Amino acid sequence: MDILVCVKRVPTVGGTIVVTPDGQDLVTRMSGFTVSPHEECAVEEAVRIVERLGGSVTVLTLGPPEAVDQLRDMLALGAGHALLLETGGLGADSRGADGGGADGGGADGREWGPIATAAAISDAARRRAEGPDGGYDLLLFGNEAADTGDFQVAVRVAYALGLPCLTGIKNLEISVGGDGGAGAAGDGGAGVAGGGGAGAAGGGGAGASGGGGTGAGEVEGAGAGEGVRARARREYRGVEEIFDVALPAVVSVKEGINLPRYPSLPGRLRAKRAIIERFAPEWHSEGLHKERLRVPEGEQKRAQILGTGPDAVPALVRLLDELGVLS
Amino acid sequence: MTVLCLVERDGDGLADASLRALTLARELAESCGEDLAAVLSGPQDSVPGQVLADYGAADAYVIESERLPASGYAPAAWARALAELASVVSATAVAAAGTDRGSEVMAHLGAITGQPMAANCAAVRRISPATFQLVRHRWAGSLLEDAVLEASPALLTVAVDAVAAAPAAVPAAAAARVVTLRPELSEADLHVCATESAERSAGVSLATARVVVGGGRGVGGPDGFGALEELAGLLGAAVGVSRVVTSQGWRPHKQQVGQTGTRISPELYLACGISGAIQHMAGCLSAKHIVAVNTDPDAPIISHADYAVIGDLNQVIPALVAALRSRSAPP
Repeated sequence: MDILVCVKRVPTVGGTIVVTPDGQDLVTRMSGFTVSPHEECAVEEAVRIVERLGGSVTVLTLGPPEAVDQLRDMLALGAGHALLLETGGLGADSRGADGGGADGGGADGREWGPIATAAAISDAARRRAEGPDGGYDLLLFGNEAADTGDFQVAVRVAYALGLPCLTGIKNLEISVGGDGGAGAAGDGGAGVAGGGGAGAAGGGGAGASGGGGTGAGEVEGAGAGEGVRARARREYRGVEEIFDVALPAVVSVKEGINLPRYPSLPGRLRAKRAIIERFAPEWHSEGLHKERLRVPEGEQKRAQILGTGPDAVPALVRLLDELGVLS
Repeated sequence: MTVLCLVERDGDGLADASLRALTLARELAESCGEDLAAVLSGPQDSVPGQVLADYGAADAYVIESERLPASGYAPAAWARALAELASVVSATAVAAAGTDRGSEVMAHLGAITGQPMAANCAAVRRISPATFQLVRHRWAGSLLEDAVLEASPALLTVAVDAVAAAPAAVPAAAAARVVTLRPELSEADLHVCATESAERSAGVSLATARVVVGGGRGVGGPDGFGALEELAGLLGAAVGVSRVVTSQGWRPHKQQVGQTGTRISPELYLACGISGAIQHMAGCLSAKHIVAVNTDPDAPIISHADYAVIGDLNQVIPALVAALRSRSAPP
């Protein structure tokens, strides 16, 4: 089971959001960067699947050279390999202070939209499929990036590769072997149902063990052969929707599918030493262009203080009464 | 030339987010001097034709196929239907609400057509036949992006809390004309089909609760939610929490309010021990009134709340519970 997880480097944002004077970026000098929450869960999900079924987890990001920090964070969570699709050039200067462009742009100021991003990821998946390791069995994404919220890179990658795509998934079970019936598994989060016949990698999918793979998180085990299926769930308007597809497939997940672990000390050390593969994808323009970013007006107000501590309770009760929420 | 809007059903009517999307799509159509048409799932005999006409849609295209699953939902099949229709009517734009389904179908449509898709728009205006000026939500609405979209048709989703739903000044008809849309579907369009589970969520739904009692880091740990639960019980409220609470494993993720959790729209949100990170506030943009209980008078939430009590929730909330109990007790 070889899994690719695609993550995005996004600014760490707390109580306020500050836009640079040119309106092109966020001020990130003090706050730094992180990985979108949904995607951190995607990495955790991949690591759990491989812990149960064997295989490998490769984490990929498209971003400036500084995005290796986010790849190392994900390696520390248990991913075995990392691939940086590097945008812009090394030696960023104009945006150097902010660490290489917060807003999806490289140091060269180019805006990588969802179409170009999906094309770069699809190409990376195809390159691997053509090599000795074969294709990925499962491509995981976050449902949408925290910053741009485009909701579409996973779907575009699925179409480019001719794979089925599930989005917004909150529960994922991978069943190996058997004849289409998904095994009963899963206690809430990630269940992995091992049916009969798991073991040697079958035809169709990719073999499990990569040639000379030295990365951690590489486990000999079942590769995805025929009959490997994903059973996935999400909620739609209070009703649970269930999907069942054969792998290989693309799945985008949402926070809540699992509770990501904290990186272990050995995990951090391993991540620090890991070799990060780099590739410079080709940029192309697309039809949606950012003009400027701005913070919504009129949002800032100041609460009327009702009082301090338990002494404020009578005023609070009067307010609740006025708002009509006391029956 | 037509502007198409994919709408989602809610019981006998339409989802609120879809009414908002229809409102934005109609304004775009009117500004272009074009017609608005709605696209929705079957069955045909229960199409809410009057509501659609009230919102300006003269035509309602209903996606029909024996190959669709019982749930009616297969995202690629819906997108294929939209792509066919957009081509037949020479659509200027195709819009949908920025819901899970709307976003998913529009992403498929973007992939099928190779066109860009602008997610979470709050405003759209055409500036030339295939050029559109947009305002998009980023960070779930905490940041706005002015953008230009060059595409034909323009594909967009409408941010769920950006536009107020408003019927047309003049209804398009007494009821929208129902037109059957039978897309030509390939095997691949049906690889992903939704099956609905029989289970239904129980209890007060966080998304629709009239009152939400929220707890954040200030609650202090998994054992600190007793008083908040008790208060919620007294107010008939749902309990919501901030992301730190779910990341720590204190409470399940389904209680999280915010960008990566649930969006709430209560009459009152009583936010206790919550600092007010933008990702949390993005989940309660639609709350009518926010009351914060916080020890820090400079916490960001004080700038978002209407009222605040400065103090430790672990003292304030039990006192509030006691006051409400004595109030309801017979004298």
